[in-house]
Amino acid sequence: MTDLNRLTIAGARDGLRKGDFTSAELTEACLDAIEQAGVLNAYCHKTPEKAREMAAAADSRIAAGDAPAMCGIPLGIKDLFCTRDVPSQAASRILEGFLPPYESTVTQNLWDAGAVMLGKLSMDEFAMGSSNESACYGPVVNPWKVDDRQLTPGGSSGGSAAAVAADLCLAATGTDTGGSIRQPAAFTGTVGLKPTYGRVSRWGVIAFASSLDQAGPMTKTVRDAAIMLGAMASVDPKDSTSAERPIPDYEAALTGDIRGRRIGIPREYRMDGMSDEIDALWNKAAEMLRDAGAEVVDVSLPHTKYALPAYYVIAPAEASSNLARYDGVRYGHRARLEAGDGVVEMYERSRAEGFGPEVQRRVMIGTYVLSAGFYDAYYNRARKVRALIKRDFDQVFADGIDAILTPATPSAAFGLGEMSGKDPVEMYLNDVFTVTVNLAGLPGISVPVGLDRQGLPLGMQLIGRPWDEGNLLNLAQSLESAAGFTAKPSRWW
Amino acid sequence: MAITEDEARKVAHLARIAVKDADLPALAQELNGILHFMEQLNEVDVEGVEPMTGVEPMRLKRRQDVVTDGEMQDLILKNAPDAREGFFAVPKVVE
Repeated sequence: MTDLNRLTIAGARDGLRKGDFTSAELTEACLDAIEQAGVLNAYCHKTPEKAREMAAAADSRIAAGDAPAMCGIPLGIKDLFCTRDVPSQAASRILEGFLPPYESTVTQNLWDAGAVMLGKLSMDEFAMGSSNESACYGPVVNPWKVDDRQLTPGGSSGGSAAAVAADLCLAATGTDTGGSIRQPAAFTGTVGLKPTYGRVSRWGVIAFASSLDQAGPMTKTVRDAAIMLGAMASVDPKDSTSAERPIPDYEAALTGDIRGRRIGIPREYRMDGMSDEIDALWNKAAEMLRDAGAEVVDVSLPHTKYALPAYYVIAPAEASSNLARYDGVRYGHRARLEAGDGVVEMYERSRAEGFGPEVQRRVMIGTYVLSAGFYDAYYNRARKVRALIKRDFDQVFADGIDAILTPATPSAAFGLGEMSGKDPVEMYLNDVFTVTVNLAGLPGISVPVGLDRQGLPLGMQLIGRPWDEGNLLNLAQSLESAAGFTAKPSRWW
Repeated sequence: MAITEDEARKVAHLARIAVKDADLPALAQELNGILHFMEQLNEVDVEGVEPMTGVEPMRLKRRQDVVTDGEMQDLILKNAPDAREGFFAVPKVVE
């Protein structure tokens, strides 16, 4: 059987249960596809032997009639997740050689459900970036290509997005601190869901900014995102911010009926200089939801403009604290010491050699905004603005809005290297439509809705009420089916 | 507020990242660019607003104060760049 790697999770699940093919065959198809796609540089650590073992175990489970939805489904795992005895280095030189002696809760949940690990997927170093160019493995290449340029798959979950778009797995895990699932999904014509903060355990996921980080599924369809979220989410005593709430059947929420739902269009997201194509697509998406029976209303989120500067205070502050653990003592890189070097030289040189430029920049900015004399002016002020941003959303939802529709990104995928040498703030602007969601802890999903004039995918974002992923996914599926986005990158690799 | 070369050196040291003297002017300039971007926050009226600590008001979870894990010295030391006799080894820290 050919092209099994092109299946969705739902399609593969049904085929496996009917006995049309085995997980071993499905896994082999993915491993072949990975071998042929080296030029995309999506996988940084491949685990084919492990994959074959896990597939065989899944086939036995399926044969025994004990097959949860994810059983036998081959997945790629972002390098940020700790996986036992498999390199897990957050695409950083500082964690070279690190082999976690434990498994993250999310990946353990997936393996317990019978999923198969194909390997680890590249990303921006420590999830800091929007283009995947800060990975210590070199940039990932977007499978979408319209001219002789190589394009970014976005970031930080760029390896995950590229692997899903190029059918190098059926789905992948991602993490999202400021848009790191939704922006790469939009750049690759795939679906990316950031759940409500606390829905998915952070335990064993290498920390960037603990009050913002949330893991989620990156998939080919909205239905797959619903299935995979159900398997990733859990109430976890090992994560003190894991919510003690039951996990609903997200797939069952996909009723296709969105009549009477109220969709807000926030006027503050209509930015100066926004491309007319994105603007037009936004209007079209609103119309699709209206045609499906939803009511579309204008809303206001007055503090939107301040989300990006608040984020770029809070996230680096938390990062500077989280990344203090990389000191060359317990794991990871230690600089070669010279005679007379003390422990401080060891810290300073190990971190200078181990962290790339963007990580160093953010750790230093974070250190600065937390330092005596500046804590109130920057960090506390940013946390107050964060409270106002959340209040904006609370008010809109209190007024009866079910979800908010916005563009996912300010542009389609850009060329690799196009942003280098520019002001770092230019790169930060990629997150303009997505950071608000992390600051407020809300669920958000990016859905591919169309192609731009060049032929590159564009995504729309739907933002839901807290803990309301079921209704959010149902709305997203309605948008997905109205848009009828079926384009795939043409195979050039 | 503008960061001088001296302040950039101080921040780098606080962050425990070695920066060559020759790289300090560029670093100071970059940090200034980012801080300038953050200064937009000064336009917001935050009078009387409590700083947000988490997205859901919740009491930190408690658990029984009992040992739940342990006896895994080998695993803990396995990834250390330098471990000897059951300890992490570092350069001399006391004179």
